[in-house]
Amino acid sequence: MALNPDFIGRSYPPSAPYLVGREKIREFATAIGDENPAYHDVEAAWALGHPDLVAPPTFPIIMTMKAMSVAMFDPELGLDYSRVVHGEQRFVYSRPVFAGDRLVVTTSIDNIRSMAGNDIITTRADVATEAGHAVVTCFAVIVSRDTASPAEEA
Amino acid sequence: MAASIGYDQVEIGDELPAQSFALHRLDLVRYAGASGDFNVIHWNERVAKSVGLPDVIAHGMLTMAEAIRVVTDWAGDPAAVTEYGVRFTRPVVVPDDDAGATVEVSARIAEKRDDRTVRVDLTATFNGATVLGRAQAVVALP
Repeated sequence: MALNPDFIGRSYPPSAPYLVGREKIREFATAIGDENPAYHDVEAAWALGHPDLVAPPTFPIIMTMKAMSVAMFDPELGLDYSRVVHGEQRFVYSRPVFAGDRLVVTTSIDNIRSMAGNDIITTRADVATEAGHAVVTCFAVIVSRDTASPAEEA
Repeated sequence: MAASIGYDQVEIGDELPAQSFALHRLDLVRYAGASGDFNVIHWNERVAKSVGLPDVIAHGMLTMAEAIRVVTDWAGDPAAVTEYGVRFTRPVVVPDDDAGATVEVSARIAEKRDDRTVRVDLTATFNGATVLGRAQAVVALP
């Protein structure tokens, strides 16, 4: 089944605040096998001049995927999640993410296109403080494998 | 922030210390829990094969997270990474055995910019084939 093109250009209102917790940073860092002290030891983070534990560069995916799931799991989009693979991902930071941050995510679907039998969704998630200061922008390309209708191939 | 390598100490073409990372099924399950990405293709062989994959595959985001350690371990302060992007070009297939899958990561300084940042290009391979394309990080150095 092909995806619903009506979703192109859709933006979603800011998510509920995500509170970045020390234990979540530690859990995530452990899951990626990374023992960097800045992720685990508050005094080590202070020694680097940071206010609290630093989040690993890819940590924001936790909150952006959650925010994006509103669109991705909308039945009207028509996405079969078992056919989804990640095509591209990019993080552009305005400042690092620290434990104690309260962050909101604003998501949008920039494009949906069909290529080589796949449906390709281009998304953007802007992560900011509750006060509206930019923290990191996350660009993702999501690929739905073998779901495009042949007639739609451009 | 306080990266331990100075901007003036690096030259274009410098290689960062390479690392290799072994991924086992357990690592995929742990990453699923920590990240909230419970897509079944990362832990259920039956479903993975039913949608045409050779076996369970690692989360692209897990490979991406492992690869940047070559940069953050080198820089000292992980907050020095101001930009990081990749394309996921091939899946990392993780068998249900004790060896798992090994991803080899190397990186080199590709560009020195006027704002005391450097662009680092990463190469990640699995079974001799690249799994990340256009993998680039921007790092701010003191």
